[in-house]
Amino acid sequence: MGEVGLEAYLFVGAVLFVCGVVCMATKRNGIGVLMGVELVLNGANVNFVAFSRYTPLGLDGQATALFVVVLAAAEAAVALAIALNYYNNHLTIDVDRGNELQG
Amino acid sequence: MDHQATGEVLKNLLTVAWLLPLAGFVAEIYWLRWSNRLSKSSALCAVACIGIGFLCSASALVYWGCHTDWAVLKAEEHAEHHDAEAHDHHGEAAPAQAADATAAVDAAHEPGDAAGHPKQDEHKESHADARKAYSGTFYKLAQFGKLSLSLDWYIDSLTLMMFTMVTFIATCIHLFAIGYMKEELTEEYEDHQVHTSHGHFSRPGRFHRFFSYLSLFCFSMLGLVLAGNIFQVFIFWELVGISSYLLIGFYIERKSASNAANKAFIMNRVGDFGFLIGLMILWTWCGTFQFDNTEAGPGLFTMIRGTDGVMDVSEDGKQVFLQDAHGHRLENDGKPSTIGYLLLVAAGLGVFAGCIGKSAQFPLQTWLPDAMEGPTPVSALVHSATMVAAGVYLAARFYPVFVPEVLLVIAYIGCITLFVAATIALVATDIKRVLAYSTISQLGYMMLAIGVGGWGAGLFHLVTHAFFKSLMFLCSGSVIAGCHHVQEMPRMGGLRRKMPITAYTMLIGVIAISGLAIPVLNIGFSGFYSKDAIVASALAYSELNPVHILLFITPLVTAGITAFYMFRLWFLTFYGEPRDQHVYDHCDESPRVMTTPLIALSILAATCAWGWFLTSGAGEEGPLYRMIAFSETVPATEQVKSVGPAKIILPSHQGHHSDVHKVHGQAGLLALLAAFAGSTFAYVIYGARVINPNDIRRQFPQAYDFLVDKWRFDVLYDAMFVQPVHIVSAWCAGFDKKVLDVILHASASITLVVSKWDRLFDENMVDGLVNMVGSTTRSVGYSLKVVQTGRLRQYVMWIAVGVVVLFGLLFTSLPK
Repeated sequence: MGEVGLEAYLFVGAVLFVCGVVCMATKRNGIGVLMGVELVLNGANVNFVAFSRYTPLGLDGQATALFVVVLAAAEAAVALAIALNYYNNHLTIDVDRGNELQG
Repeated sequence: MDHQATGEVLKNLLTVAWLLPLAGFVAEIYWLRWSNRLSKSSALCAVACIGIGFLCSASALVYWGCHTDWAVLKAEEHAEHHDAEAHDHHGEAAPAQAADATAAVDAAHEPGDAAGHPKQDEHKESHADARKAYSGTFYKLAQFGKLSLSLDWYIDSLTLMMFTMVTFIATCIHLFAIGYMKEELTEEYEDHQVHTSHGHFSRPGRFHRFFSYLSLFCFSMLGLVLAGNIFQVFIFWELVGISSYLLIGFYIERKSASNAANKAFIMNRVGDFGFLIGLMILWTWCGTFQFDNTEAGPGLFTMIRGTDGVMDVSEDGKQVFLQDAHGHRLENDGKPSTIGYLLLVAAGLGVFAGCIGKSAQFPLQTWLPDAMEGPTPVSALVHSATMVAAGVYLAARFYPVFVPEVLLVIAYIGCITLFVAATIALVATDIKRVLAYSTISQLGYMMLAIGVGGWGAGLFHLVTHAFFKSLMFLCSGSVIAGCHHVQEMPRMGGLRRKMPITAYTMLIGVIAISGLAIPVLNIGFSGFYSKDAIVASALAYSELNPVHILLFITPLVTAGITAFYMFRLWFLTFYGEPRDQHVYDHCDESPRVMTTPLIALSILAATCAWGWFLTSGAGEEGPLYRMIAFSETVPATEQVKSVGPAKIILPSHQGHHSDVHKVHGQAGLLALLAAFAGSTFAYVIYGARVINPNDIRRQFPQAYDFLVDKWRFDVLYDAMFVQPVHIVSAWCAGFDKKVLDVILHASASITLVVSKWDRLFDENMVDGLVNMVGSTTRSVGYSLKVVQTGRLRQYVMWIAVGVVVLFGLLFTSLPK
């Protein structure tokens, strides 16, 4: 079983990130957009964990990743509440319909 | 010690009499708070205050008499007893008859005269204590370095007499005013002399206010009489001025009344200016305002006159040495303190200038007739007991400080005044104006008397005049009230049938002022004795100083004129047939509250100079004269020679050998003749109507016009003071309009132009800049708003593309 290099992690993180961004940019469904956000966050998490191998303690990145996970959970809760309200107002969660404030 | 205790009691009594009217004033000013306009209670309060004041003053007078064993009544008699027993057979009341005989006896007694004087002096010693004035300090107001200002009291027989006289007359006038002012007892008083666009002016009645002013007036006058230093006199002097201002201008809505009040006040200011200068001179050189000696040092009188009434003048006559209480010269750093003789003349003239203003003497006499605009009780009070009496009182009180030259000026001022005013009274037709001019004339008599050394005679006349003049004013008030405010005598006539009490009390006053008497017995009303005394002093003076013979002739002639115009007044008003039937028909006798004071005053006007068995004779031997003359500070027992350049000799007037007594009979006879001539002439013209007065008027139209115009004094003052002021004002107005206004207008228009430019700059530059910032921001905002599409996916795209671009830039620009 050979050692997996840093590049592999970074590649996975980059793929996750790109997937998340593409998901955010293409989905009209609000929940889908949220999912994209989760992917972006987790892409970043993979990077944190990967880089933490090179810090003196080796835990800094992992702790940050845990923070991000918690933050993501909180964000998901808030975002879902927004989504519910959005639905109440628009009877849909199509984000393209939320353009009442456009200039 | 006893002296001091007596003084304390007198002070307490007089202080009560003095302060009660002040309490009354304060209470009456706020009367409406606990009463209404229709209530007479404020008047009762005022009457009570002044009435109790009268009782206090009278009891003070009696108390003083008892404590001095009535020395005042005995003093002269004793002296004369010793020194001129030979006179007894003449009888007490017949000096006129015995004139020549007296002169002869006096001549025979001349060698014994020298022996007589020491006795007189000795006698005076024994009464020196009684003669001494009581004085002290109420309260020290302030101390500025050496200058001490305090409220003092100074009581001698003159103070007591003045207090009693003022409070008595004021009580009568207060009572009279209750009746006279009853029209004010209303919520809606209509003033028929003030016209507005809606008819007559009407206002709430001011009954309580009138009485509060009266009380203030009495308080001021009593304070003036009680004052123990010249500065305090000045304070109350001004208070008298302000209360007379308030009362003369009582009908303030009438233009004439407010003008008269202003005139009285301003004329008095002119005199007071001199008064202040006199005060400054005396303060600078004598360092005190006190009349009497105090612990701090000698008072003014002692400083100037010493203990024996003689001025200590230096050899060259240019300096007067100041003296202390023991007759020694005052010293300052080893050098004797002096005051320049001319400075003393200036100080005397200055203080007298104040008296001229207040007593309406020439040349400041024009305010008094105008002061008739006030209600008649005020005229009575102003003309008899308070305002004008204050001037004479001060001239008399300050007599020790007046040097003979000042006295000469006083005499001439009085002489001019009495003649001028009497001649104007000849042609006046307003009943109150005749009385006003007669007051001025009689005040002239008083000043003349003081000026010629007849100190007692002048004050004697002041008191007798106060009685008969207040009587006559109240009578005229009664006539005016009865005739419903008709004051013109040509519209009256025959009123004695309608208002008998007024008419006959008035007649008593007229006889008193004219100086008529029963020739052989020499019994007359009060005015006869006092005028007699003045004319005698004037005659003695002019005999000693023949240059000043005019000082005797003028009052003598004027005595005749006085009798003439006073009887003219009486005949025109009360005698003959009514000339205006309407006035006559609507005329009624006044109510009892008004006639009672008339009767009381007429009794005193008739009899106040009589002996009343207290003394052996009337007039100058009567109790009233003795009471007054008792406190003469500088008794002219011997001929006090002038030391100045004028070389005037004042006549002596005490004892049967005095200069005055020698000529008394002669003078009395002449004065009586003049009075009879005047009154007979008046009867012929106005009573019997043998001669038509209009014919006389037509004979001398210019003289008549001259007198009707009051000697053109008002015209003269108008030309001398008012017109120049108008001209100067016109010049100033021209300067203002032509120069100052032009400058102002120019600067204003320059400012306007500059402002216009400034406005352009503001509107274009500053506003433009600000607007440009605003509009730029606005347009940038508009152009940016298109980016705000609201499409979430687009935003994510922009973020992603932005990140890629940023990374691209980062990698391309970073150095390898």
